[in-house]
Amino acid sequence: MKLVEARRVARDTGDCRLLVASVPYAAWLGLRTTLVQGVPRLELPFRKQLVGNPATPSLHGGVIAAFMETAALLHLMLTLDESRVPKSVDFSIDYLRTGRTVDCHAACEVTRLGRRVAQVQIRAWQGDESRPVALARAHFLLAASSEPEPATAR
Amino acid sequence: MDKDAFRQALMERAPTLVPHLGELGVRVSYAGADHCQGILACRPEFVGDVERGLIHTGVVTTLIDSVAGLSIFAHLGRMQPLATLDLRVDYLRATRLACELSCRAECYRMTDQIAFVRAEAWQDSRQTPVATALATFMLGLGGEPGHAA
Repeated sequence: MKLVEARRVARDTGDCRLLVASVPYAAWLGLRTTLVQGVPRLELPFRKQLVGNPATPSLHGGVIAAFMETAALLHLMLTLDESRVPKSVDFSIDYLRTGRTVDCHAACEVTRLGRRVAQVQIRAWQGDESRPVALARAHFLLAASSEPEPATAR
Repeated sequence: MDKDAFRQALMERAPTLVPHLGELGVRVSYAGADHCQGILACRPEFVGDVERGLIHTGVVTTLIDSVAGLSIFAHLGRMQPLATLDLRVDYLRATRLACELSCRAECYRMTDQIAFVRAEAWQDSRQTPVATALATFMLGLGGEPGHAA
């Protein structure tokens, strides 16, 4: 119910803070979301705790992956009418450039939407949107499939 | 520093050398030529699904990515500039808040330029993994794609 309410606020006002807060890990990472004409825009503001290699210095690759995965999840929570949090099935990421120690952005596209499963493609960039740092793809199980509980729920 | 001394130092110092590992609270429990193992204590901040009390899969991915990178250093017995090319994770089971999360990564093939790593993460028993993963790294290109782990 909390999710439904948070989504209503986000859709009505464009303010997604309640929705982000409903996913503790997204809030802990510091992820920010806005809805621009119904399209979610996702941002991970840089902070020094997100560094993987202080020598380069570079953003932790796992953080980029986790940000993109969380971005896909929030994208689905905002654009679909799910009553529960979709479940991750798998995640695959290709790294294209070193993550610099600046803010990171992501945009998602739902490339397949079935009754039970959604496939999301995620693109992440820093500064220049035409030069992505990583591309990723994720599958999620949707709530319609959660009765009975599938194997991934255990 | 000889290789074993390096592995010992890697085990002890990884969480301070990699800021985000320290932030997550990852501890390296084993670093050897054959594999590397890390343990993460799950915290309420890591929850992705409040209703079901489950850890967000991004936490699992981050742990796997980290231990996979460390397994290459441990395999070589020295630091090495690395760039992750890709990572694929299958989430076999949900990760519960109540238990700690372990990850084992093994660099099973290394060429002059590429390292191939497989990894798994589990809570209760290695026999019932919550995730399995494959990752590929490019060696010796400090500033190229991905991140230097």
